[in-house]
Amino acid sequence: MKRRHLLSVVAALALAVIYGCGKEAPPPAPKAAAPAAAPAPEMITVKIGSASPLTGPQAHIGIDIRNGVQLAVEDLNAAGVEIGGKKVKFEMVAEDDEANPTKATTVAQKLADAKVAAVVGHFNSGASIPASKIYADAGIPQISPSSTNPKYTQQGFKTTFRVVAHDDQQGPTLGKFAIEKLKAKSIAIIDDSTAYGQGLADAFEATARAAGAKIVAREHTTDKDTDFSAILTKIKGRKPDLIMFGGIDPQAGPMVKQMVSLGIKAKFIGGDGMQTPNFIKLAGDAAEGMMASMPGLPKDQMPGGKAFVEKYKAKFNAEVELFAPMGYDAVMVFVEAMKRAASADPAKFLPEVGNTNHQGVIGPIAFDDKGDLKNGPITIYVVKGGKWEALETVTPGAPESAEPKAAEKSDAAKK
Amino acid sequence: MDIFLQQLINGLVLGSIYALVALGYTMVYGILGLINFAHGDIVMVGALVTLTVTQALAGSGLPAPVILLIAACAAIAVCILLGISMERVAYRPLRRAPRLAPLITAIGISMLLQYSAALIWGKQYMPMPELIKTDHYAVAGAQFTGLQAFIFLLACAVMAGLLWFIKTSRIGQAMRATEQNPDVAGLMGIDTNRIISFTFLLGSALGALAGVMVVLYYGLGHYFMGFMLGMKAFTAAVLGGIGNVPGAMLGGMLLGLIESLASGYIGDLTGGVLGSNYRDIFAFLVLILVLVLRPSGLMGQRVSDRA
Repeated sequence: MKRRHLLSVVAALALAVIYGCGKEAPPPAPKAAAPAAAPAPEMITVKIGSASPLTGPQAHIGIDIRNGVQLAVEDLNAAGVEIGGKKVKFEMVAEDDEANPTKATTVAQKLADAKVAAVVGHFNSGASIPASKIYADAGIPQISPSSTNPKYTQQGFKTTFRVVAHDDQQGPTLGKFAIEKLKAKSIAIIDDSTAYGQGLADAFEATARAAGAKIVAREHTTDKDTDFSAILTKIKGRKPDLIMFGGIDPQAGPMVKQMVSLGIKAKFIGGDGMQTPNFIKLAGDAAEGMMASMPGLPKDQMPGGKAFVEKYKAKFNAEVELFAPMGYDAVMVFVEAMKRAASADPAKFLPEVGNTNHQGVIGPIAFDDKGDLKNGPITIYVVKGGKWEALETVTPGAPESAEPKAAEKSDAAKK
Repeated sequence: MDIFLQQLINGLVLGSIYALVALGYTMVYGILGLINFAHGDIVMVGALVTLTVTQALAGSGLPAPVILLIAACAAIAVCILLGISMERVAYRPLRRAPRLAPLITAIGISMLLQYSAALIWGKQYMPMPELIKTDHYAVAGAQFTGLQAFIFLLACAVMAGLLWFIKTSRIGQAMRATEQNPDVAGLMGIDTNRIISFTFLLGSALGALAGVMVVLYYGLGHYFMGFMLGMKAFTAAVLGGIGNVPGAMLGGMLLGLIESLASGYIGDLTGGVLGSNYRDIFAFLVLILVLVLRPSGLMGQRVSDRA
């Protein structure tokens, strides 16, 4: 009699589960059958914002970041996370900032109004900087997976962090590489007039000048142009042995193409914005031998890189463009801070973000007092046989180069 | 000197593309008094169709010129269809409406085309397969590729053909008559609706051709590429005198040259204060000067009822 009663309860529960399935995630297994079960831990939902360009010319890179965040959220939910004794379900709120500084502030406000606990974004420095004020006012911690303009973390906000090396590190690294390894003596510099491109080019120029190279031309274009023949022609007349470009792949691709058709023989080097598979597709054969730097280790040298690339491919059926691993790690950094603070309240876990010491996909992550990544490595790549190949990894801040050979050489030079 | 010559070559190639697109604006304006803002996006569609067809056929083993010819024909066909249906659906019902109404539908059509293209082709920059390895030629130290020469010569040939066609053929005469006065032309037995459709057909075909040239030259396509190109071509049409066919050609070439020379020399002329990203200032400065001194454009006639 009692047993039959119990059975009917279970059956009713099972029915409820089946009908409930359509709307919500199934509730925990029908424990109710067991009498006097401990009360199920309270479930809270924590929203993580993701802000990047999902439409427009840079959509492929923005979607890459969002995918990284989504992957992290799904992994966390699958593993089950408890914060302060409460079970947590994470939810991604992805917004499109169109790579537009004005839209970025609107998006930031929207995320703040949606009460997200933390934000991964934005992609562009030009978007991250204006948006950071809004997050700072709302007290929401922000990790940019990719913004490399130094100004981003220099505004005195406690909420801004990044998991890439910034241009004051990347630019000089490129500059040093150009002078020491490529032996460039006369250099032409082009930037795309954005916070990122110009910042990178400025930092590069300062280092190159200080090292005694001659800057024979400093040109600007925009992030929407595809015709650079006039600029390149002018540069051709100055006969540089290296052309440096601060900008992203939709410009870099046609630029190297036009370089070749103008018969310019100079070497070409750029920043992380053009270190994409798309650059090679856009430039075709002209991409061969072109170089670019990229903060972080090469994907296959990242501690969690290989597994991540495979997981990403299985989930999205696409190659990792650029910053998906950074987006993934940014979420993990937030969640670890929440765990340490035992709270998903930004006001409580924000101080813990600064104390991060996380072994991420991209390597060890720790922040300095400004929120910049400590000892972020930078890798220089070259296009060989239609593929990006790692040439050399440099860790700014750490005097020893990651490559022992280079260290030996500099020792030899000192002697 | 060789650098100056090189800038001239760059400018002429850029200018021939502007000129072809500008023709589409100017012919429609001449006949309807309508600024067809969607024309730049017709060029975009032409470019993307070319890209898709080429990508699809790239591995088929056909010789490259044949593939390109098929792609160009497909682009022209799609654009003609689009242009004619656009006129039917969005402009013809509004022909007697106040001037502002068709202008607004034009902007609407432009967005419709852009975002339909974004749906169909996605929002990424798409690469054009490199089918033809172009050879390099050098004249007095300036380099140009076979492709550049081809673009320039083809544009010139098409424009000469167009001028001849408008001057001598019966349809051309009918177009000119409709341009002068649609009502009277109608009374003379000209089917003005057909002539207007034909104008859109011609403009769209030229636009498609410009699209083919753009993907060949720059090697990439994107759903938003028509916007800036359209703006520049419209400027070129106004520069030459909008409504005037030879004017659009002149305006396009001039704009290409101005842009090229400005970005080449603006930095030196201003002592580095203005960079080459300010080249559009020069282009639009010239436009303003022309409009102040000759309000109807370089080759435009003074027309009392259109300003």
